[in-house]
Amino acid sequence: MDTKKYVIKQISIFSENRPGRLASVAQALGEEKINILAFSIAEANGFGVIRALVDQPEKAYKKLSSLGYNAAFTDVIAVQMKDQPGGLFEIAKVLGDAGINIEYSYAYSGKKAAVLILRVDQVDDAIEKILSSGATLLEHSVFH
Amino acid sequence: MQFWDPRIEELPKADLQKMQYKLLKSLVCRLYSFSPFYHDRMKEQKVHPDDIKELSDVTKLPFMFKRDLRDSYPNKIFTATQEELVRYHVSSGTTGKPTVVGYTQKDLDNWTTSLARGFTAIGLGRGDVIQDSYGYGLFTGGLGVHYGAERIGATVLPTSVGNTERQIELMQDLEVTAIACTPSYLLHIGEVAEKMGIDIKKDTRLKTGILGAEPWTEGMRTRMEKWLGIRAYDIYGTSELSGPMFTECTEQNGFHVWSDIALVEVIDPKTGEQLEPGEKGDLTLTMLQKEALPMIRYRIGDISSIDEDVCPCGRTSPRIKRIQGRVDDMLIIRGINVFPSQVEYTLMSIPEVGQHFQIVVERTGALDDMLVRVELTKESFSDKITDLMQIQQKVEHRLRNALNVAVDVELVEPGSLPRFEGKSKKVIDKRSL
Repeated sequence: MDTKKYVIKQISIFSENRPGRLASVAQALGEEKINILAFSIAEANGFGVIRALVDQPEKAYKKLSSLGYNAAFTDVIAVQMKDQPGGLFEIAKVLGDAGINIEYSYAYSGKKAAVLILRVDQVDDAIEKILSSGATLLEHSVFH
Repeated sequence: MQFWDPRIEELPKADLQKMQYKLLKSLVCRLYSFSPFYHDRMKEQKVHPDDIKELSDVTKLPFMFKRDLRDSYPNKIFTATQEELVRYHVSSGTTGKPTVVGYTQKDLDNWTTSLARGFTAIGLGRGDVIQDSYGYGLFTGGLGVHYGAERIGATVLPTSVGNTERQIELMQDLEVTAIACTPSYLLHIGEVAEKMGIDIKKDTRLKTGILGAEPWTEGMRTRMEKWLGIRAYDIYGTSELSGPMFTECTEQNGFHVWSDIALVEVIDPKTGEQLEPGEKGDLTLTMLQKEALPMIRYRIGDISSIDEDVCPCGRTSPRIKRIQGRVDDMLIIRGINVFPSQVEYTLMSIPEVGQHFQIVVERTGALDDMLVRVELTKESFSDKITDLMQIQQKVEHRLRNALNVAVDVELVEPGSLPRFEGKSKKVIDKRSL
């Protein structure tokens, strides 16, 4: 099965945990006319990681690297959920039953549907299991 | 193995010591008679030139400290007249009031000879192009290395510090084979070259680094040698001795301190007692031939130890080990002595963090808190917080083991810690003690 079309390139950026860092990243992306489709911040002691799905990941990577940011790509997948009570449960159950461990995740609720972004250990394996359970995965062309 | 001055460099130890005794005796007699400063000091210490009957009697002589030079600003203890002086240098004064050093022609000759021996010992000579990226001017580094390099017949490129991109272009265009600068400036050059798309290892002919004027570590040496494809040699000196003065040889195991130029001791900073070879303490030098500004038992304040064994390279003069830090740079954290060099040494063995670091010491209540900020390397960035926290904890753990004191570690963005072109200031002590 061709799982590639479901693999989405997320850009991850290392950032010190101090005022103005997010603004600086966002400004850089804005200047390059890069649109952010989803994002989250994970924080730890003194530092954080900004994770974002953008419409032009390569351009974003180039821009941020040129500014000295420590940036990298991570493969994630996006599962469509029903935007109604119980929507998350339905998907979370599929993942749990399939034995897929989530390393981290974040979600957004858009015009068409709610979407859960997942970073998992075995991406290909997870894609197959999710699809065979009947759930819908978004293709990367939806984002970029 | 090449020698500049084989007669002196390979002289048997017993003969070296006889020569040192003669030089010391004549120095003490001269200063007792002609220098009011040394005359008074010796009187206070109740020692007369007649008491110096053998080399070990050096311990009867009074010490001299940096403060003696500051107190005598600008030239009160010179033992040459202004007409006899051919040059002044003035120290940077990073630790207090500046000090002035004067040189007679013979002082400059001895300085240059000392470096000519050292540069020869690391394999440099005719045909080499030496880029001198130490500061030229009042600082001794630029001119000192300049004359030493010319003396061995090398071609000198006197770039001084700064305008790094131009330095890299010239390094390529003029086929530079050796560079003399501070280790932190060479790191900076390496980083700037990478940004310019130049690989020092492949795109230049650089093969030797002569690095000094600030303490560095074996870990840093290994890293720079691998990264830049060079052999990195340490060079040691202070303006009071003349300037950069003594280098390692190709064995890379300690500076050769030429016995006809200096008598070296290591002193316990607390008791003032002379320590045995191998024991760490305050490096103390007697300059046996200096004319304009003599130095007897000058307590430099750098921590080192002496190795009296004949070097495998065949040179017989004692070696002093890599400088471990400053007596006065030593941080006392919760009662434990911590040297920034220990932090550096530990970090060099952890590939996930870069070469640069900053120590911040604060006092919360009655306790000292030590924070070490390190740059996460590009290769080790993971977008999983747990991976990053593991790196942070690994660094904290290694530092705690090395220093015997709890340390907080902060991961910072690459390139965000300050870079220094001269002596780097890596410690911020916010305690008001």
